Amino acid sequence: MASLIPCPHCGMRPKEEFTIRGAVPDSRPAWGAPIDDPQWFSAVYLRTNPRGRLREHWYHGAGCGRWLIVERDNLSHAVHDVADARARALAGDRT
Amino acid sequence: MSSRRLPEGGLIDRSRPIDFTFDGHKLSGFAGDTLASALLANGRRLVGRSFKYHRPRGILTAGSAEPNALVTVGTGGRREPNVRATMAELHEGMVAESQNRWPSLRFDLGAVNQLFSPFLAAGFYYKTFMWPAALWEKLYEPLIRRAAGLGKATYERDPDRFEKRWAHCDLLVIGAGPAGLTAALTAARSGARVVLVDEQSLPGGSLLGERESVDDMAASDWARQVADELDTMPNVRVLPRTTAFGWYDSNLFGALERVQKHRAEIDAALPVERLWRIAARRAVLASGAEERPLVFGGNDRPGIMIAGAMRTYLNRYAVAPGRKVAIFTNGDAAYRTARDLQARGVEVAAVIDSRPAVSGASAATRTIHGGLVTRSFGGQGLKGIEILGNGKYERIGVDALAMSGGYTPIINLACQRGGRPIWNEGLQAFLAPENEGLAMAGSAAGIYGLADCLRDGIGKAQAALGELGIKPARFDPPKTTEEAGTGFKALWHVGESRAKAFVDFQNDVTVSDLGLAVREGYGHIEHAKRYTTTGMATDQGKLSNLNAIGIVAEARGKSPAEIGTTTFRPFYTPVSFGAIVGANREKHFQPVRKSPLHGWAEANGAVFVEAGLWYRSAWFPRNGETHWRQSADREAANVRTNVGVCDVSTLGKIEIFGPDAPEFLNRVYCNGFAKLPVGKARYGLMLREDGFIYDDGTTSRLAEDHYFMTTTTAQAAGVMTHLEFCAQILWPELDVRFASVTDQWAQMAIAGPKSRAVIAELVDRDISNDAFPFLAAADLTVLGTLPARLFGISFSGELAYELAVPARSGKRVADAVMEAGAKHGIMPYGTEALSVLRIEKGHVTHSEINGTVVPDDLGMGRMASQAKDYVGRAMLGREALRAENRMQLVGLRPAGADRLIRAGSHLLERHAPPSTENDQGHITSACYSPALGHHIALALLRRGHARHGEEIRVWDGLRGEEFPVLVCEPAFVDPRNEKLHA
Ligand SMILES: [Zn+2]
Repeated sequence: MASLIPCPHCGMRPKEEFTIRGAVPDSRPAWGAPIDDPQWFSAVYLRTNPRGRLREHWYHGAGCGRWLIVERDNLSHAVHDVADARARALAGDRT
Repeated sequence: MSSRRLPEGGLIDRSRPIDFTFDGHKLSGFAGDTLASALLANGRRLVGRSFKYHRPRGILTAGSAEPNALVTVGTGGRREPNVRATMAELHEGMVAESQNRWPSLRFDLGAVNQLFSPFLAAGFYYKTFMWPAALWEKLYEPLIRRAAGLGKATYERDPDRFEKRWAHCDLLVIGAGPAGLTAALTAARSGARVVLVDEQSLPGGSLLGERESVDDMAASDWARQVADELDTMPNVRVLPRTTAFGWYDSNLFGALERVQKHRAEIDAALPVERLWRIAARRAVLASGAEERPLVFGGNDRPGIMIAGAMRTYLNRYAVAPGRKVAIFTNGDAAYRTARDLQARGVEVAAVIDSRPAVSGASAATRTIHGGLVTRSFGGQGLKGIEILGNGKYERIGVDALAMSGGYTPIINLACQRGGRPIWNEGLQAFLAPENEGLAMAGSAAGIYGLADCLRDGIGKAQAALGELGIKPARFDPPKTTEEAGTGFKALWHVGESRAKAFVDFQNDVTVSDLGLAVREGYGHIEHAKRYTTTGMATDQGKLSNLNAIGIVAEARGKSPAEIGTTTFRPFYTPVSFGAIVGANREKHFQPVRKSPLHGWAEANGAVFVEAGLWYRSAWFPRNGETHWRQSADREAANVRTNVGVCDVSTLGKIEIFGPDAPEFLNRVYCNGFAKLPVGKARYGLMLREDGFIYDDGTTSRLAEDHYFMTTTTAQAAGVMTHLEFCAQILWPELDVRFASVTDQWAQMAIAGPKSRAVIAELVDRDISNDAFPFLAAADLTVLGTLPARLFGISFSGELAYELAVPARSGKRVADAVMEAGAKHGIMPYGTEALSVLRIEKGHVTHSEINGTVVPDDLGMGRMASQAKDYVGRAMLGREALRAENRMQLVGLRPAGADRLIRAGSHLLERHAPPSTENDQGHITSACYSPALGHHIALALLRRGHARHGEEIRVWDGLRGEEFPVLVCEPAFVDPRNEKLHA
């Protein structure tokens, strides 16, 4: 895993300052969606666990306190992109 | 023992003699010596015993790859085992001891192991000590550990400090040899931020031990001049005595700086070692190359040394390796050793060159081309060697032998992140693969000539600067003189040797061990390594790995390229636990969180318990109470009859603001919060997305757009993170903000029938049941002017309040509460009594909210709203979470005579034998109830809600306990909540 993460708010920071919630689900039902929406199961439980690029939710708890979407490669350990998750969500990317 | 110190020369300071002891003998050296050079100068050749066979061993190298000369240095808490004598700078009063010998270095009983050597071959652990397994712990392991081993660690406390530090730079240069110095200087003069690390005490690397000149001055002088220039530059940090031990993702390097290991007096204000994390935009690895030993019979005898190391002792430390020296080589570099020895007046008896007479290199002495050294003679020090030349065996007397088996570029760091080394047939060595951000320079890149190394450092630095967009300064390579070449022809081992020929000196692995591994099917290099333990010692096979690969390749009829290397991993050289731990030891092991009421509790005689990082007051002994139960029973009973005060400051506290705060809370709690009026508190249950309960607590509305949430102590940080996740990712359109204020408020519970009377004396408003009923919440002032918050909430089930005041005023207010409560019999109570009270009332904690329960399991099913969406709603609807036979919260009481009920015990039906199938659940919390006069428990019991009144069995297989209990409702005290509204 990358040793340093470029936080969009705090700059380059050591990975120990972050906590990782896990992979960003492929989709998530809208708020208020019926409880039998089959997407709920995949949103909560199913992860593709790819070899290579994946997107994860990281929380910069020892820094800005923001949730981030970190796109990284679990094979090469390269970090491709780190974005503010709320900004992404407001732009329509809510997963 | 006669001195081997030459009358002049070397980089030692003869005006500063240094006294030290080795195995109790008083010896002396000079400033600038290592322990190894000082021992050699004192004529000490024997410095240790080998790991397995206890063979006498001497000093093989002059650097960090040393496998033999491991000693214990220091006394008391500073006693450090397995110090490489070649890396230990001599200081006044140094106390050094040899290791792995008993009773003495010269007479070592363990040497009988050599007689058993047929049984100690590769794999002997696996073959000899197979069974019976019971003997492992009692017999085999202690036996092996005593016979085979290294130095012993001290049990005393380490008196010194360690620290960790970050550094950031444009270019990190690892190694201050010829290539490293020119690389660093090029980058430094270009204005880049440079860090230069080197494991030696002086910059210069090989330049310190050679007699070549650079820019018309002695190589060591040139190195000092460059180092002096670097030292004056503000953009450069030079770290001597610093080993880069690891390369990590993001071009991060770990390095260990030995700040004071070389000092006689330790400055307590400084760390003894410093662990650096260096974030480098680019790095140049100029770590040099190891000269390989040659593998022939008895190649481990004291007096046999690597040829380059011999030059270093001669030139840098002015130590003659012997009176009469032979040189065994497969390449040109060793001819320099012959030249330097002769220049210092040491007799060179012969150069034995395994190559036919095709090389241009020559020595002014007898040279045997196509010759081999087949064995060595002598007891604890070399006396002679057997030579095979022109088909004839010959024996010559020498007291020192230099060996030169070609070069192994030091590529360890460059291969620690998964890159595989690449075999170079021309160089007969593995080179590092292309890496991003890390360039190899000089002999680490397989470039061995001095002029070429100096030039390569400049080129590699310029390339790195170019990648960073920094304009490189012009830098002309320094002029050099150089004679001998560096070519060689691989000679993996001398097949004509019958005596033990060592490949891995530190782990006593021989050629025949490797052959045996191949014959027994462990020919894969990773298998051969583990079967023979070659390369697994503290030196990680720096000198031996390539020879081992070559020997295995030969035995399997393959090329080293096909065999490949074992995996390179950090650490390059051993790193002390102290450095890894850094400041996190003893009282700094982890942070200590103390409540703002800690001092108040202390003053009231509290006994504290660690709860995570917190120190919580557990009970307050009085009147000679000697057992916690006496105190806890008294405190709990006093709350039920009078009034008690308890520190609850450790609960998580979160301020929530914003116009959308009501909607937000309505979504994160499964019960309704949208209509909570201002001035009211409400108990809330927070679920995870999968429908299980995450946390509980009360949240109070202090204003239209302002709430105050409390969480459990354990989940305070987790809930904060969860709220941020919901707000930032799930519902970014909601206008709501949070602030954690756990440490800002001192909060105390004042509980008991007389609590209202106590509070009434302190606050500025009417708190009668009508004016301030159960679940009221208000901002108010206490003690006249102090802002405070009062909540009508109860964990004990009694009439109770929680009073929050600014942290700094906590003690003052708690003292005032005690004073006001004195006439009502107030007593402080701790977490033990708190727990008793809540079990009596049937209130849950994380003992019950254990990640497997849903609201209905706790009898709170009706709290989960049907009228709104909330986190966890969808998954809570799953069939299994609504099943009838779930584990559900119940109370338990003894069915017969009272007896202790233990949490963790399992539950069984009356006559069912204990088995996994018959398991009916387990006890989550248990205590003695002073209110009821007997023991009680809370449990998660299968179908528990429907089983009130049933007799079941408690079963504790660990303690062999089994007894009947009655199932009852979980609220033992005041199940209809009448006390709360009294
Ligand atoms: Zn940040």
